[in-house]
Amino acid sequence: MPVHPSPSPASSPALHLAVALDGAGWHPAAWREPGADADRLFTAGYWAALVAEAEAGLLDFVTFEDSLSLQSTDPAGPDGRTDLVRGRLDAVLVAARVAPLSRHIGLVPSVVATHTEPFHVSKALATLDYVSRGRAGLRIQISERPDEVRHFGRRTAPLEPAELYGEAADHVEVVRRLWDSWEDDAEIRDVATGRFIDRTKLHYIDFEGPRFSVKGPSITPRPPQGLPPVSALASDATVYPFLARSADIGYVPAHDAGEIRSAVAALPGTPHLFGELTVFLDEQPAAAERRLQRLDAAHGAAYTSDAPVFAGTPAHLADLLLEGREAGLTGFRLRPGVHAHDLPAITRGLVPELQRRGAFRRAYEASSLRGLLGLPRPANRYAADPQAPAATASPAA
Amino acid sequence: MSKPLKQIHLAAHFPGVNSTTVWSDPAAGSQIDFDSFVHFARTAERAKFDFLFLAEGLRLREQGGEIYDLDVVGRPDTFTVLAALAAVTEHLGLTGTINSTFNEPYEVARQFASLDHLSGGRAAWNVVTSWDAFTGENFRRGGFLPREERYERAREFLDTAHELFDSWDGAEILADPVSGEFLRDAGPGAFAHRGKQFDISGHFNVPRSPQGRPVIFQAGDSHEGREFAAASADAIFGRYGTLDEGRAFYADVKGRLPRYGRTPDELKILPAATFVFGDTDAEARELAHEVRRLQVSGATAIKYLEHVWNRDLSGYDPDGPLPDVDPEPGENTIALGRASVRMNRDPVAVAREWRERAAAGGLSIRELVIETTARQSFVGSPLTVAQAIDALVQADAADGFILVPHLTPGGLDAFADTVVPLLQERGVFRREYEGPTLRDHLGLAAPRALAPVHG
Repeated sequence: MPVHPSPSPASSPALHLAVALDGAGWHPAAWREPGADADRLFTAGYWAALVAEAEAGLLDFVTFEDSLSLQSTDPAGPDGRTDLVRGRLDAVLVAARVAPLSRHIGLVPSVVATHTEPFHVSKALATLDYVSRGRAGLRIQISERPDEVRHFGRRTAPLEPAELYGEAADHVEVVRRLWDSWEDDAEIRDVATGRFIDRTKLHYIDFEGPRFSVKGPSITPRPPQGLPPVSALASDATVYPFLARSADIGYVPAHDAGEIRSAVAALPGTPHLFGELTVFLDEQPAAAERRLQRLDAAHGAAYTSDAPVFAGTPAHLADLLLEGREAGLTGFRLRPGVHAHDLPAITRGLVPELQRRGAFRRAYEASSLRGLLGLPRPANRYAADPQAPAATASPAA
Repeated sequence: MSKPLKQIHLAAHFPGVNSTTVWSDPAAGSQIDFDSFVHFARTAERAKFDFLFLAEGLRLREQGGEIYDLDVVGRPDTFTVLAALAAVTEHLGLTGTINSTFNEPYEVARQFASLDHLSGGRAAWNVVTSWDAFTGENFRRGGFLPREERYERAREFLDTAHELFDSWDGAEILADPVSGEFLRDAGPGAFAHRGKQFDISGHFNVPRSPQGRPVIFQAGDSHEGREFAAASADAIFGRYGTLDEGRAFYADVKGRLPRYGRTPDELKILPAATFVFGDTDAEARELAHEVRRLQVSGATAIKYLEHVWNRDLSGYDPDGPLPDVDPEPGENTIALGRASVRMNRDPVAVAREWRERAAAGGLSIRELVIETTARQSFVGSPLTVAQAIDALVQADAADGFILVPHLTPGGLDAFADTVVPLLQERGVFRREYEGPTLRDHLGLAAPRALAPVHG
């Protein structure tokens, strides 16, 4: 773990905090709230402002939600609703667009493994790591949606989750092998011999799987972090084998301590397990509840989610997060109910509260996302030196 | 009455992976670090260029069964670097080469629509095709196309992407918090495409972008390539930077436009061009020769010859005469992954021609290669270069040029500081950007939308 400048009890490492950004916020009526900027959701300025706010709060990283279909309440296809945010920009491009405007915070776009090419994803994330100078991460997800299948026309629905997670694990394996396919010192620019690269330090990855095979090497040199961190939602226990094989960070819906403890026990090799929580924050507990009720009334239904919903004060939320830490979580990914309201409540309310308790950083202590997460830069799996630190020391490699 | 002066279009090609770049120059920087891209893009924008251009490669080149190690190797992902550059520039167009063979229309269309949103209307797509199994080994689709199908797929890929771009008309989003209507109606993004290459349907999930569609570029010199460009491109990379060849190409391509109901202004012809400056013309010629020597080392000359000979020539002295053996017949297996291996012609005939040329001029292998690959379009003092560019454009040999410097990332700086002011003084190049979008820079009208599919 990194050395934190703030005092913290030896037995209680500082928490890590991320926020999940999507549309105007996670409540379906979020876009109707004051300051929501709903007519600017497709502009760079909107996303840059959110990331600047998160960075001002010293958060570890932000994630950007994405999919290859129109948002819907119907898992089979579009729901025809006109009262909800519809449309999304490509998450990798949004992350790249805000990268030069930020300096410290990690940038973690979502990528659907089901219909994408691991070769393209690998070079895109490596490039995000270059343009952010070591702050890229990847959130990988699958898609079972039949309408998404029809957007690509290459496979037939229904797609089975077990197979899709197997394919996603292969996808991540290929992405990581491609990141490693250039050794760090492969570019030599040796004027005497006229060689730009040392070709013995470039490697074919020769991946063969049931869904695809990839030869390699990458066209993009190894990214600054070596292997940018990979994360995925631990929606339920059926996803654990995928997480164990493929993720540096798992997001666990933190309904109760029992669920957290069983996830922690089931995933001993995953470096980080973050609790997943949707939050509505106000200084008065009743105000947060009233705001949630007002949002529900505007929407015409009570908000439900695949993650637990918290409505209350930053101090109460801090209690809950520290309980999660006791149960074995290393951090949390918070979904702001309304970006315009709940993101500043996290950065200006929750963060100072955690800092007062010695449970959160007071300054960025590293320049890379791996550094912020206390993950060492992994050795290259193809490097010839047998004395090099073993890439297998971390499950990330 | 003389014709009014044509306005020149200028663009900057980031000098990536090839032997154009002199990587051994002490001033040569990284071709990967973002700082290099920022420097290059800001110079292009300072010079009021229309756009920055990125090429693409999807598999490292090989020669003789080994990864080619003499040229610059390693490049970033096109979309990602262009999106990041949108943050450090305000006006510069952002043109990316994206292959239509190893991508799917839904994903590429949403990446370009996203780039257009995130850059405020500055995205452009250079549509290229690939057909080789060598590159295919890096992709799910794995395979490749029969060569004769590549334009068919490219054309249908582009048509499909246009259907996706046009599936939102731009008026769908109300975002009215009072009425609670985010959308005006329930069906934005509906599309259905049934063709030989693609059979896809559903809803596109990126709203219409500032330019409606990215600007479309196309390269290619064949009849099919010219027809494809005439039918659907906004700009074409001309192949010819000389007066006579340029004028012939220009007249031919522009002459094809009426067939598609288009006017000559709707397709810009922009050849790629290199340049070398000096204070005087003589100094520039000397420098140009030095650059060529740096671009074509002895080892590079031998490797280049192997493309034609299709056999290992490593035993030959680059400062000696050309090989007297003939090229290996059959499919070229020595050089893999090159965009244009000179295989369109009979290798034995090429070898004979080169031998004769070398004998006549008393040229060594290296000298011959330097001569046959000469591609320095503009050599001279800044005034000579400005006059040459202007003369070619006014004579309808081109609408402008895509400049490829030989140095990364500072190779454009001198051009911006010396040639651009001379062109501005002549009244043939802008002093300020006329509008915010790349279509504005290129003088292109908003795209005519297809009839949307309702569903």
